[in-house]
Amino acid sequence: MAILVIAEHDNTQLSDATGKTVTAAAKIGGDVDILVAGHEAGDVAAQAAKIAGVRTVLHADGEVLAKQLAEAMQALIVPLAKDYDAILAPATTNGKNYLPRVAAKLDVMQISEIVEVKAPDTFVRPIYAGNAMQEVRSKDPIKVITVRPTAFDAASNGGAAPVESIDAPQGPFKAKFVGEELTKSDRPELTTARIVISGGRGMGSAENFAMLDRIADKLGAAVGASRAAVDAGFVPNDYQVGQTGKIVAPELYIAVGISGAIQHLAGMKDSKIIVAINKDEDAPIFQVADYGLVEDLFKALPELEAAL
Amino acid sequence: MKVLVPVKRVLDYNVKARVKPDGSGVDLSNVKMSMNPFGEIAVEEAVRLKEKGIASEIVVVSIGPQQAQETIRTALAMGADRGILIQTDEQVEPLSVAKLLKAVVDEEQPQLAILGKQAIDDDANQTGQMLAALLDWPQGTFASKLEIADGKAKVTREIDGGLQTLLLELPAVITTDLRLNEPRYASLPNIMKAKRKPISMKTPDDYGVAIETHLEQIRVFEPPKRKAGVIVESVAELVDNLKKAGVI
Ligand SMILES: Cc1cc2nc3c(=O)[nH]c(=O)nc-3n(C[C@H](O)[C@H](O)[C@H](O)COP(=O)(O)OP(=O)(O)OC[C@H]3O[C@@H](n4cnc5c(N)ncnc54)[C@H](O)[C@@H]3O)c2cc1C
Ligand SMILES: Nc1ncnc2c1ncn2[C@@H]1O[C@H](COP(=O)(O)O)[C@@H](O)[C@H]1O
Repeated sequence: MAILVIAEHDNTQLSDATGKTVTAAAKIGGDVDILVAGHEAGDVAAQAAKIAGVRTVLHADGEVLAKQLAEAMQALIVPLAKDYDAILAPATTNGKNYLPRVAAKLDVMQISEIVEVKAPDTFVRPIYAGNAMQEVRSKDPIKVITVRPTAFDAASNGGAAPVESIDAPQGPFKAKFVGEELTKSDRPELTTARIVISGGRGMGSAENFAMLDRIADKLGAAVGASRAAVDAGFVPNDYQVGQTGKIVAPELYIAVGISGAIQHLAGMKDSKIIVAINKDEDAPIFQVADYGLVEDLFKALPELEAAL
Repeated sequence: MKVLVPVKRVLDYNVKARVKPDGSGVDLSNVKMSMNPFGEIAVEEAVRLKEKGIASEIVVVSIGPQQAQETIRTALAMGADRGILIQTDEQVEPLSVAKLLKAVVDEEQPQLAILGKQAIDDDANQTGQMLAALLDWPQGTFASKLEIADGKAKVTREIDGGLQTLLLELPAVITTDLRLNEPRYASLPNIMKAKRKPISMKTPDDYGVAIETHLEQIRVFEPPKRKAGVIVESVAELVDNLKKAGVI
């Protein structure tokens, strides 16, 4: 068996999601190669080479790969596929964007967002916002899989895999990058933070989210949100936790002014400890909370900040 | 410009999925079924393009059982022009859906296909990308803004770090994210009008696509349940507990 793991990175830093995907690959079993596709991403290739148990790092460098756009990634990965029994990418917005194209070109079904490897061809994945789990066996010759990073531990470091350069694909492609607006924050990244504090519609305004920011700074936490808070414009879209947003599983998740709709729970119910602060004692969030505080958040948050 | 909008009939998003005791799937008998919410957003976007004079015709297609006609009717009541139901009682995987949609595109020649980013039942998030690959079209997935001008689509995408903007040559595939728009409710007159709009009934055979199963479902089971913990009386008690648990 040979498995290709596609690295998630920003051309400078390898994302933790990559190491977690390597762990999933190791559970399938076989030689694991990592593909680093990027622009001037030599540092990333070097970081990938340090992951323990990796056979080779393939490094494709070119401007067309700077943003890992779907067409270029497809053009790069599809020709490599013949050497592999499985191709894995983290279930990030990047992986979700390009990997189904690869699967379609290989005429195989992608197995989306696996949370467990049962056997080299058998996987568990959530369906219906995580209200049900589906165990599936793939009959395809090449398994094309996205991996939910929170479901796997990061692979350890200590490897020294050789880095092999490969050609970037030739364009032109029909999609052009125009620009991006990235959310800047000095806080830990939402999906890997040890503590997450999220606000919902109950926060009332963008300004009020500053109360969460201050607590987050004291705790070294990331700030998240419900869909309602994002839709209302309190915080940017990439704060959204849930079925159709980000999946988090921190040691501590604090939900403030969030009712606990199934779509929200889907994104955080694997957290180790859940705290809910809500003034409505019947809010469904209390059914999954380890510690519930029935209180107005405008009273509770300043007290919490002071107590930390 | 013609716009194709694939919509899926799914368990209503407000209904909690119940796993059947025999592990064969989720119980869909006697439960409310609706259009996939991301499909509603796709229909709404197409209707807005038509209202702006950019889209000339909106064709809605659904692959599923006879009852998926209702889903198509809903889209017609929102403002789509006609529907295609590719009828099958089998579970159709995204790859086969994409192949069927490709066949529809070959026949209809739309300039734009707007799909939902994900169906809230299988949570696969792959059909649109697969369709784009099969057609060799560019894609703008997870769109929160769409502008069409000069034969190109400018798409703002919701990505993990924020927002990204791409310029796509047409024809192209778009998949919708939650912030793209707020779907309208169909008015009563439009619901009545929709009854007279045409839906053509097809089968996968009509398109020469064999429905294959690549993923064999072994079982469906319930996730481990979390139980409710304790209600604390004060912030002080909360902080105390979190300290004891060693998380802060
Ligand atoms: C297709 C689809 C996908 C979706 N995806 C997601 C997703 O990924 N993530 C997600 O979060 N949602 C998602 N949703 C939306 C979801 O169904 C809920 O609508 C949403 O999670 C509600 O957000 P909320 O809890 O902040 O708001 P509400 O449900 O309005 O709850 C607000 C809560 O705040 C409490 N509150 C108000 N004021 C105060 C106060 N002063 N002090 C204390 N408490 C207060 C209220 O008691 C209430 O419980 C999706 C929906 C659909 C249809
Ligand atoms: N059976 C179907 N009929 C019509 N459209 C579908 C069907 N299945 C998936 N789609 C489209 O593909 C999108 C993504 O679905 P999925 O890849 O299953 O998450 C949906 O939002 C629909 O637009």
